[in-house]
Amino acid sequence: MSQPDFSHDGIRTARGTAFRYLFMLCALLSILTTVAIILTLLIDAVDFFAQVSLVDFLTGTRWSPTNEPIAFGVLPLISGTLVITIGSALVALPIGLLTAIYLSEYASDRQRAYLKPALEVLAGVPTVVYGYFALVYVTPAIDTILPVDLSTFNALSASIMVGIMIIPMVSSISEDAMSAVPDSLRQASYGLGATKFTVSTSVVVPAALSGIFSSFILALSRAIGETMIVAIAAGQTPRMIDLTDPAGMFLDSIQPMTSAMVQIGTGDIVGQGPAYKSLFAVGLTLFVITFVMNLISELVASRYREVYR
Amino acid sequence: MTNEQMTSSETEPTDDQLAPTPGTDGLTDTADSGADTTTDRTLLEARNLDVYYGEEQALSDVDIEIPEKQVTAVIGPSGCGKSTFLRCINRMNDLVDSARVEGELRFDGKNVYDDDVDPVALRRKIGMVFQSPNPFPKSIRDNVAYGLKVQGKDDDVDTKVRTALERAALLEEVEDQLDSSGLDLSGGQQQRLCIARAIAPDPDVILMDEPASALDPVATSKIEDLIEDLAEEYTVIIVTHNMQQAARISDKTAVFLTGGELVEFDDTNKIFENPEHERVEDYITGKFG
Repeated sequence: MSQPDFSHDGIRTARGTAFRYLFMLCALLSILTTVAIILTLLIDAVDFFAQVSLVDFLTGTRWSPTNEPIAFGVLPLISGTLVITIGSALVALPIGLLTAIYLSEYASDRQRAYLKPALEVLAGVPTVVYGYFALVYVTPAIDTILPVDLSTFNALSASIMVGIMIIPMVSSISEDAMSAVPDSLRQASYGLGATKFTVSTSVVVPAALSGIFSSFILALSRAIGETMIVAIAAGQTPRMIDLTDPAGMFLDSIQPMTSAMVQIGTGDIVGQGPAYKSLFAVGLTLFVITFVMNLISELVASRYREVYR
Repeated sequence: MTNEQMTSSETEPTDDQLAPTPGTDGLTDTADSGADTTTDRTLLEARNLDVYYGEEQALSDVDIEIPEKQVTAVIGPSGCGKSTFLRCINRMNDLVDSARVEGELRFDGKNVYDDDVDPVALRRKIGMVFQSPNPFPKSIRDNVAYGLKVQGKDDDVDTKVRTALERAALLEEVEDQLDSSGLDLSGGQQQRLCIARAIAPDPDVILMDEPASALDPVATSKIEDLIEDLAEEYTVIIVTHNMQQAARISDKTAVFLTGGELVEFDDTNKIFENPEHERVEDYITGKFG
């Protein structure tokens, strides 16, 4: 009786190897792209800093890349980004968190089945639509309702729309974290005579805190990087802000880092001078900020996750 | 029941509605294995109790009278409805969307399924210990204090925490680490922490759903000793799949068999030595289940 044939099949083996490399190539592609982008940013930024001092860039309080006197202080742009971030955080963090609590603890399976996809739709709206909505509807509406002197381009309606845009991020990541809290903890709390509200606030939210915190950070870094809404609705006035003067912060036109980059990138700047290169310096600054925030989010998530398991 | 009444554990409950049926005569001889404080006053009484999960019937026409300050064991094969019965008592089944309860379950004479009963208030009279230890990811102190805070009994919390830990036979082991996480304890210690947490607000009844099933033999025997002590002050109802455990620690035993039917309820000695029903004898002796 002959032995069974378990020998290699050349075609099968070759096909296996081919797929392995195909998949690896796809995985590498995104990493390579990231590396290429960072390199481009770095190289051009280094070029820029050869002409403008790093200290002037980081500490300067005036941003005027094309109009005399030329100044490349990034602080006004960071101020603009900060205003948008604060404004959108005020909108998105409370609403997103409460939405997540509702979805995870209060909603029936049926309600959840309708609400979650509806929220995801918010995340799918093109940001250019949000931008025009802010400019064409939100600003006039606020101007009519509130007795304030609102500029046509202002930080208020832009940050409200950015906030609305990031609500689904906060609510969906927070809700995932809350759903992952073991049911046995809820049972223990109910068994001790706790109300649903107490169970949610004293057991579920604390146990999901790391996830909630990372949802906040991720949403805020999304707000920091948001470009279209602010480019359309927030204006193009790079200016320093005064944190103790909310009206001054929100009612007038500002310019965050992203929309400054849009202006440089699409403007009629000629040649490879420092005005053009400043695009990359601002881009690098933005990248470093969001990168650090994502890093913090990862750290928090990994440090506190094991505690509950 | 909707009002919170704090009664010291030493005194008899002073609720207006006393139990209407003080134990059926002839059925309930005083259990000689019971603790000294044993009374035969009925604290919990089910009448025609049916529970359904969707279409499926989990409890069928259960009648039972559970005496105060004794250990009542609930035994039976898997899926016989013994946990369902336990969760009816403090209305934890309310948390299951598909669960439906019919019939009456009287606590001190008051039907806990009446419309005017708030399950939150009910659960403050009935503590619960679960199958696997489920301490909160908080300090030992905060775990025990949780129920006190939830129930607004937050005067002199530290003393109450220590008393509860002592009653749960855990104080000696954790005295120096009250501020460290409850999750750092061993499984058996965690379960005693959960018992301390359940008794800290001083309920009338403690429900235990297979409290030792996730523990090793040494930890189990500690829990069993503890349960017998607890019956001096509390009415303890314990679901267990371990028949030896039921025989060791309980005064009364209820045997549920398939279909959610309470087949026999009597003194533990009688159930294990001379049960009325052949099916119960078959189950006890391991011929079935």
